Amino acid sequence: MTRRYSALSLFKEGLAGQTGWKQAWRSPEPKPSYDAIVIGGGGHGLATAYYLAKNHGIARVAVLEKGWIGGGNTGRNTTVVRSNYYYPESVELYGLAHRLYEGLSKDLNYNVMLSQRGMVNLCHSTAEMEVGARTVNAMQINGIDAELFSPEDVRRVAPIYNFSPDARFPVFGGIWQGRAGTARHDAVAWGYARAASRLGVDIIQNCEITDFVIEGGRCRGVQTTRGAIRADRIGMAVAGHSSVLAAKAGFRLPINSYALQACVSEPVKPILDTVVLSPGTGVYVSQSDKGEIVIGGGLDRIPSYAQRGNLPTLETVIAGLLEMFPIFGQLKLMRQWAGIVDVVPDSSPIIGESPLPNLFLNCGWGTGGFKAIPAGGTLLANLLATGRHNDISRPFDLDRFASGRLIDEAAGSGIAH
Amino acid sequence: MQLFPCPFCGPRDETEFHYGGDAGNVRPDGADVPIERWADYLYLRGNPKGTAREIWVHMSCGEFFVMERDTVKHEVLSSTALGGEHAA
Repeated sequence: MTRRYSALSLFKEGLAGQTGWKQAWRSPEPKPSYDAIVIGGGGHGLATAYYLAKNHGIARVAVLEKGWIGGGNTGRNTTVVRSNYYYPESVELYGLAHRLYEGLSKDLNYNVMLSQRGMVNLCHSTAEMEVGARTVNAMQINGIDAELFSPEDVRRVAPIYNFSPDARFPVFGGIWQGRAGTARHDAVAWGYARAASRLGVDIIQNCEITDFVIEGGRCRGVQTTRGAIRADRIGMAVAGHSSVLAAKAGFRLPINSYALQACVSEPVKPILDTVVLSPGTGVYVSQSDKGEIVIGGGLDRIPSYAQRGNLPTLETVIAGLLEMFPIFGQLKLMRQWAGIVDVVPDSSPIIGESPLPNLFLNCGWGTGGFKAIPAGGTLLANLLATGRHNDISRPFDLDRFASGRLIDEAAGSGIAH
Repeated sequence: MQLFPCPFCGPRDETEFHYGGDAGNVRPDGADVPIERWADYLYLRGNPKGTAREIWVHMSCGEFFVMERDTVKHEVLSSTALGGEHAA
């Protein structure tokens, strides 16, 4: 049996006719009780289970997923990994995620294809350059790599951008983060699932939560389509469906769910080797390893649970794309889709105990959850294991909405909210 | 392109409309409103999956109204001009 992935095992399996590969993760029947339950088999939920087992030695853990793992926003995002945020609290959070991403392939023994190709947030006016300089200064002071780009620098990394004299959004410069890049989104879900399963975590798919078991005012487990499962520590990482579960648990959240669309073109030869974001058009673009141009934009501004997206927003995104890169006018779009994202008024996540004791939240990542998966998992695992915040998760507690200590990252989230 | 029914102008393109929040979310009144009630009013949302009662504004005519919608199917169930009793 081949358990460990390596160049040597690949070679050996080649000689043995590929017969020794083992299933990447087990699919056991749910047990009646666990030490901890994680609701949601996306990146954040699977990472939570992995870090519970790895960092805290708690392996009697179930991940309950209503569909298939990585089938929600983890499989629907535009795969960008970055930490170019403004406030110190955010830098701690996204910086942790970014550092963990850099070691993730080795840690999980699964190639998540992290490609640190750099990302530039463009500035389209003198005023935007001043704000850009302020952002770069803040990032540098907070210990995040950042550089203020001149128009020549932007031309060097993205020569196909529309630099013509009559461009609607001319380039005055940009904010560059060289360590930013992309990662293979499915591999992040599968890598965490495989590593967690090997540490003893039960990953249970097609298992939807129908209700919470509440005894003595505390959460003691969940009712599912596959029966009741009990635990005294329950975490939920269900993104756009957080309000639906909260309603079952008897509380409300400061969340609106919206569809966020993305699309990819047919694959073409390498033409764009970085990530380019234009605040003017609200569009950002990269090229996948397969050659597809991956295109993301702003939210559909209609509250929605429909994972498809509406045409007017797609038209706006494509119009913006062609303004940025007229050369892409010849491309054919191959696929378009949407994920349901959990948008919070201050565009920062909610991490902490819910109003129902024993039930812990990891939600509110809005349009930017993928880049934060390793941190979201680490912090929810810490909460489930210890029942307490650490310094990184504390500012993101739900109590900030009553206290007024909001962490407004509307600009850091990159696209319009 | 979806058509939304403005109670004043009839069916118009969705791009002419702007979402304005939950219907029935009434601003607390008085000097002794507890912090939790303010947070509830300002931030907490029902965010239902299925039928939702929402305030919308038709930006072309500037009128606010209540629209009932299905947030999964995007079907519009009703569209009503704001009266004095909408908050109930």
